[in-house]
Amino acid sequence: MLEQVLIAGFGGQGVLSTGQLLAHAGMIENKHVAWIPSYGPEMRGGTANCGVTISDHPISSPMVTEPTTLIVMTRPALEKFEKAVVPGGRILINSSLVEQDVKRDDVLALKIPANKIAEEIGNPKVANNVILGALIKLTGIVTIESVVESLKKVLPPRRHNMIPANQEALERGAQLAEKLS
Amino acid sequence: MSKILMKGNEAIGEGAIRAGCRYFFGYPITPQSELPHYLAKRMPEVGGVFLQAESEVSAINMVYGAAGAGMRVMTSSSSPGLSLMQEGISYLVGAELPCVIVNIMRGGPGLGNIAPAQGDYFQSTKGGGHGDYKLITLAPESVQEIIDLMAKAFDLADQYRNPVMLLGDGILGQMMEPVELGEIKEVKQADKPWAASGMKGRSNSNIINSLYINPEDCEKLNEKLFAKYAEITDKEQIWEEYQLDGAEIVLVAYGTAARICKSAVDKARAKGIKAGLIRPVTLWPFPAKVIAKIAQSVNCLLTVEMSMGQMVEDVRLAANGVCPVHFYGRSGGMVPEVAEVLAKIEELTAGGDRE
Repeated sequence: MLEQVLIAGFGGQGVLSTGQLLAHAGMIENKHVAWIPSYGPEMRGGTANCGVTISDHPISSPMVTEPTTLIVMTRPALEKFEKAVVPGGRILINSSLVEQDVKRDDVLALKIPANKIAEEIGNPKVANNVILGALIKLTGIVTIESVVESLKKVLPPRRHNMIPANQEALERGAQLAEKLS
Repeated sequence: MSKILMKGNEAIGEGAIRAGCRYFFGYPITPQSELPHYLAKRMPEVGGVFLQAESEVSAINMVYGAAGAGMRVMTSSSSPGLSLMQEGISYLVGAELPCVIVNIMRGGPGLGNIAPAQGDYFQSTKGGGHGDYKLITLAPESVQEIIDLMAKAFDLADQYRNPVMLLGDGILGQMMEPVELGEIKEVKQADKPWAASGMKGRSNSNIINSLYINPEDCEKLNEKLFAKYAEITDKEQIWEEYQLDGAEIVLVAYGTAARICKSAVDKARAKGIKAGLIRPVTLWPFPAKVIAKIAQSVNCLLTVEMSMGQMVEDVRLAANGVCPVHFYGRSGGMVPEVAEVLAKIEELTAGGDRE
């Protein structure tokens, strides 16, 4: 198993932290993981992306130039990275933020209204985990339990009250992915 | 011990602390700023000194002072900052002071950019500042290897009384990977009877100096340094061999470029091309022994760097004309893609037999 996930959007959308959460979940499952941010002269509102590699084997190149899954949070991110996805790969679009369709027909494209679902849950901050839940359902790279376990480690204790909403977001995303795919 | 997820820059800091480093002087610059950031918090926890200097020139001279007093000391920067430090590094070598200097390289020349690059190979391995000297240069490829090499870096510096360079690129500094930190061990440090740390009953004062006004004396210093360098060249070459079994084409790459080459080698092997990789871990001393040996049995060597071709010169010297040495590189902050390296391997192996 080798999954290379590219998460792309604007700074401030939690792109980097969502990638870290995924990498952390892979690590506690004893998988090989690597996380690489696009670091640049960037700020809130500028482009941001990160690559996460999760594998059963030691990771040779941690660079995510040909993602198996692309998660997009903005229209420019879709336009920039759509072509990079491997044939047979997946593109998960936060359709609450991106109206455009995927042009390619050799990838699985899923539109996930992540912000809408997050608002239904009652917490707009958990939108990214709706998409993460869908990713997990489609790829099986980690379990939702491992992500929840990771949240307990990476969130400071005063934020642990956020964990149930995050868990619900992951589950809602997984349910939606099952229905759509 | 369980694993933790850590950035390369943070791992350099933690590795240094665990190696007994208690003095850090630096000045922020992307893409290494997480290192001083980490040590600003961590040094006080272990009773060490973190000091943000007013410039890189100042930082390297603070390193000179702490090293002269016999302390384990480190500084770090990225390419343009290292250029500013070169005078101080030459003085450190001249005074035979041990220290660890970190360069998390970025695109150049000039102000360049903050993207990952390997354009400072010459600067690190061929001297860098003025005068005849070398820096022992270590080039890790992963966050775990950073942790594993930091103690080695400080030990080598003390053993040979010479600065050690830890050379990485922006990707290595920014990347997060799981690391096993292991248990904190008590660090055995070499005695430093030469240090300017107070007379303590000695009758002669220890003087830390790189001024040898008399040319005869300065030549003796150079000869002494190069006797050390001959010993280091003989004893301290480190490299990793990857898929060399029956290899007909062997890639030579270090750091992040080596990670990319490992993927290219895997893909070439899957296509039936007998490719392998030698990854220098010490860039100086360059692992010439293994290159000279492998040159005897392969059709060609291919050096891959995130530069216009610097290490390739050392590969050619080591291969000494026994087999062709080719080069592929991207520069200015661009990173070679696996597909590009694979295409180069296929191009070079398409002809079949040895030229």
